[in-house]
Amino acid sequence: MLAEHVSPAGAEIDPKLRTDGLWAYFNGTAAVKDISLQFAPKRVTAIIGPSGCGKSTLLRCLNRLHELVEGASVSGEVYLDGRSIYGPDTDPVELRRKIGMVFQRPTPFPTMTIYDNVAAGLKVGSRRYSRAELDELVEKALRDAALWDEVKDRLRDNPLRLSGGQQQRLCIARAIAPRPDVLLLDEPTSSLDPAGTQAIEDLIQELKRQYTVIVVTHNLQQAARVSDYTAFLYLGELVEFGPTATIFTRPRSPRTEAYITGRFG
Amino acid sequence: MARYRRTRSVALGDRVFHAALWICAASIPLLLLAIVLELAVTAWPAITRFGWGFLVSTAWDPVTDTYGALPMIVGTAVSSLLALLIAVPLALGVAIFLTEFAPLWMREPIARLVELLAAIPSVVYGLWGIFVLIPLLREYAVPLLQRAFGWTPLFAGTFYGNSMLAAGIILAIMILPYISAVAREVLLAVPNDQREAALAMGATRWEAVWTAVLPYGKAGLMGAVVLGLGRALGETMAVTMVIGNRHEIGLSLLQPGYTMAAAIANEFAEAVTELHLAALFEIGLILFAITVAVNAAARLLVWRVARASAAGSRAL
Repeated sequence: MLAEHVSPAGAEIDPKLRTDGLWAYFNGTAAVKDISLQFAPKRVTAIIGPSGCGKSTLLRCLNRLHELVEGASVSGEVYLDGRSIYGPDTDPVELRRKIGMVFQRPTPFPTMTIYDNVAAGLKVGSRRYSRAELDELVEKALRDAALWDEVKDRLRDNPLRLSGGQQQRLCIARAIAPRPDVLLLDEPTSSLDPAGTQAIEDLIQELKRQYTVIVVTHNLQQAARVSDYTAFLYLGELVEFGPTATIFTRPRSPRTEAYITGRFG
Repeated sequence: MARYRRTRSVALGDRVFHAALWICAASIPLLLLAIVLELAVTAWPAITRFGWGFLVSTAWDPVTDTYGALPMIVGTAVSSLLALLIAVPLALGVAIFLTEFAPLWMREPIARLVELLAAIPSVVYGLWGIFVLIPLLREYAVPLLQRAFGWTPLFAGTFYGNSMLAAGIILAIMILPYISAVAREVLLAVPNDQREAALAMGATRWEAVWTAVLPYGKAGLMGAVVLGLGRALGETMAVTMVIGNRHEIGLSLLQPGYTMAAAIANEFAEAVTELHLAALFEIGLILFAITVAVNAAARLLVWRVARASAAGSRAL
């Protein structure tokens, strides 16, 4: 294991997503500072760091959600498959269909059924699906989100009758139904009980077969369990990035070591 | 209600204060009860004389002392519904724009400006209706409407100015600030994560409003509309000034009509017989019952939203 020599950025393969000198601001104050990171395809990359270190903001720059907050701005570059997502020919709405996202608190749409929640992402945009196609895609998304067996007999139910963990998997199903390239998970288990957390962590391992997964977490054990690569952010700056095993066993930066050994944060 | 235990004697001042507050609080329901009783007692001669027929009769003749309220009930319903038809899309548009699309600096000032519409006295709206709206309608709007829809009974006949149409438009302007203010509050209460969830799955701003925000606030928005209806039903002065005050039921919006509130305001001074007065009071009783029911329904809907948003993401 120690002999594993992967370059710090995991650059042995072409990255699916890459940031280059990325800065993000709220009303002129930088929350993300000059971050250059590479996200390997079909791998799980964890972004860790203490509260307020800018990890969620960084994530929200990757699907251009950050810029929708009043007073927010971004500079630098993000490339998806080598194409700049902040370029003039990128439509942020189209981009968000290629980069799915799941939030801290489960956010099912409470006025829709379970089925319609999963289908919601398929119904936006110009592409129209037939009833049969929708049925198929919804079932596939729910199966991929490891929720199908629990909800197949109650697809017309209100999603709020599901448990928190089930709701979060429903949101994952909603995010992957349009077959995105990348899946962003913003502290997906922070509002869940241990059983719900376990289910999501297992699911992340399954999801990386098909998707490039980026997960923000403040739970170090979780990062160690689920991710292939880990980025450690502190006060908006990237302190260290590398294979998870290296970050957790042989960190190069004393700050990383202090954080993962629990001396601050 | 939890009360503190009286382990020691409560000071006299406290008791007096307590009693005074009780009297204040109780006076409102008592006043309401007194109004209902007064209306019912004065209306009694008409109630016993005409029975349920009062509600469906179109006769209104002080000379022969026969009265029926149907033209006013229909007129109230038609003018209010017409007002809703015009005001609801406008008010929802304003509320959606102010909560979802307008630049931040613009939101508060515009919202206050819209609310200012509610501060204009009713009689001023009436004057404006007579001297601005009706001439505008006569010159421009009605000829166009008649050309397009003249073949339907809704826009048949000659337009003399005072009409159901003028009343509906005035009412629409008057209830717009109420509907948009409540609708805005409702939309502000929709949690932001609902918007972001929709945007993150690739919805446009408009799709996010349509798929996430509006459904979430549905009950509250209904409440806003019903609240507007409540205002429209009871509005008196401006309507009296432009509706024409005729005891007739016509299909055409260009014809004059009457509303319950307008009839009461207009005929009080002329009501010399006991029965005429009683008939007006009975109309007042009907109007009172309808508006109380409508307002209660609106409050219930808005309250459900407030409770739901307080409890987090609960189903509405």
